[in-house]
Amino acid sequence: MPTRINDSIRLEVAGENALMLYFSLNKSLVSEQQTSTITSSISPIISNEVHQAVQLIRQHFTIEIIDLIPSYASILVVFNLLEIDHHHLRNKLKSVLKQCGSASSKQGRLVELPAYYAIESGMDLVRIAKHAKLTVKQVITLHQAQEYRVYAIGFAPGFAYLGEVDERIAMPRLTTPRLKVPKGAIAIADRQTAVYPAESPGGWNIVGLCPIDMFNPQADPTMPIEVGDRLKFVAITKLQFIELGGKLPNQVSSNGKE
Amino acid sequence: MAKNENKNTLGFIVNNGGVLSLIQDAGRYGAFNLGLTNGGPADPLAFYWSNRLCGNELNSTAIEINLGGLQLTAQVDCVIAITGAPMPLTVNGQAKDLWRSFLVKAGDKIHLGFTSLGVRCYLAVAGGFDINPIFGSTATVCRESIGGISGDKLVENDVLPCQAVPKAADKLKQLMLAKHDQPKYSNEVLLHTVLSYQHQHFSAIEKRLFFSSEFQISKHWDRMGYRLQGRAIKADISGILSEGICYGAIQIPADGQPIVLLNDRQTIGGYPKIGAVISQDCAKLSQCRQGDKVRFEPISMSQADNFFHLNLSRFNQTQLIVCS
Repeated sequence: MPTRINDSIRLEVAGENALMLYFSLNKSLVSEQQTSTITSSISPIISNEVHQAVQLIRQHFTIEIIDLIPSYASILVVFNLLEIDHHHLRNKLKSVLKQCGSASSKQGRLVELPAYYAIESGMDLVRIAKHAKLTVKQVITLHQAQEYRVYAIGFAPGFAYLGEVDERIAMPRLTTPRLKVPKGAIAIADRQTAVYPAESPGGWNIVGLCPIDMFNPQADPTMPIEVGDRLKFVAITKLQFIELGGKLPNQVSSNGKE
Repeated sequence: MAKNENKNTLGFIVNNGGVLSLIQDAGRYGAFNLGLTNGGPADPLAFYWSNRLCGNELNSTAIEINLGGLQLTAQVDCVIAITGAPMPLTVNGQAKDLWRSFLVKAGDKIHLGFTSLGVRCYLAVAGGFDINPIFGSTATVCRESIGGISGDKLVENDVLPCQAVPKAADKLKQLMLAKHDQPKYSNEVLLHTVLSYQHQHFSAIEKRLFFSSEFQISKHWDRMGYRLQGRAIKADISGILSEGICYGAIQIPADGQPIVLLNDRQTIGGYPKIGAVISQDCAKLSQCRQGDKVRFEPISMSQADNFFHLNLSRFNQTQLIVCS
């Protein structure tokens, strides 16, 4: 059943009206078994290809495709059974994506997001520093030094999985998740990092706060980033954070101002 | 709000939202990349019938009533139809049939009791409910606080605007679906399944077990998914890199108990999946509840395609009866 599109992309069935594109590193000599282990690793090269394939599909298809879900190393293609069947879709995807993965693949946009890193905004900074045997300052420096990639969006509206944090500050999830993680919390789970788009329960380790809305249905675009983008956090002062509309979690509850 | 100036402001007022009543259209598509799921009617077939009985476009906004208990008062004269699980329906205390359209007058009180068979009903109104869409849809997904009136289930005093029928409409034709054409709801369903996703990580024996076992619906069943109980099915991997989850996908977590993912599922996830249930059987599953029994049967993608088109042409060819 799987169809190979080229050395790095294979096409499989997902459901009645959904096909799955799986991406792996372009190594024509590795066996199928090895390929599947390679696929399960997170790589910016693979992510680039995912991004490129999404653009190609959006360019070449219109009403046949209902929606796409890109992720770390895959794209779920949900199609309209009234417009195309899976045989035709396979063939069309094959021809559209053949050139995907070539060296010419362009990188995603670079987006900068302001981050207020401090003990009052990053309630887990001290714990991470202790765990990593580093100072809080070093943890902050390492977190903002990295250029992250937007690997996937899901879990909740606007929740973007960013990778990968410097392994020195990788930190396992809390054993007991918090009932309330503040909106804008910048947090770490293992080697992933993310910005919580809204107040929600969560078990990631909080290092700071971002004053920019990660998900705003009234804004266009709704999110400042998309899958495939590159992202850097830029440290800002408390004053800048407030000026950009940021709110410290205790402020919200104590004076109740919007 | 200025936005609503040209729209209807009257329609129905909610006296009691019941257990869980949700504004739904056919679903939200095109926002998966933002992490938004599709929502939409858990039983699309009953939903489409409610709209057809009202002479509407099939994706017009209706109310999904889960288990029952919804009480409304009409503020305008309009035509409605209720389809789905057999909930006792009264208008001003008088029993009324489901699966047919009828006129209600301003002031009429519509009550839905509770159903013991099936789970969900759809109440459509001629012209559809006038709700502002968000991301192209009015579908309510409570977990995301998106859609409907305020991203949540209906509560007392919510107003659901709709068109009033013109005065001469008393002789408006009323439609019904013949008894033998109505879907039958059952405590046992067969779920046709396309093998897909990580199925190669389930051995031939595990697959045989999966397709020959009976599963019971656990107490965890909702619009997001149905968690089943039965013989544990084991994959040779415990997790995968998070990837897109389609409607009907069957996740097998480490405890081996399958979860069939439905309308309000998360868009991505990292559990291994053995396959996906076809849409018409997801609709049947969504009419089941705790203790009901299901089995899985493997079919090919081409058979799934045939089922889909057969089902659709059956729906399109079924004639409604015009009542005098």
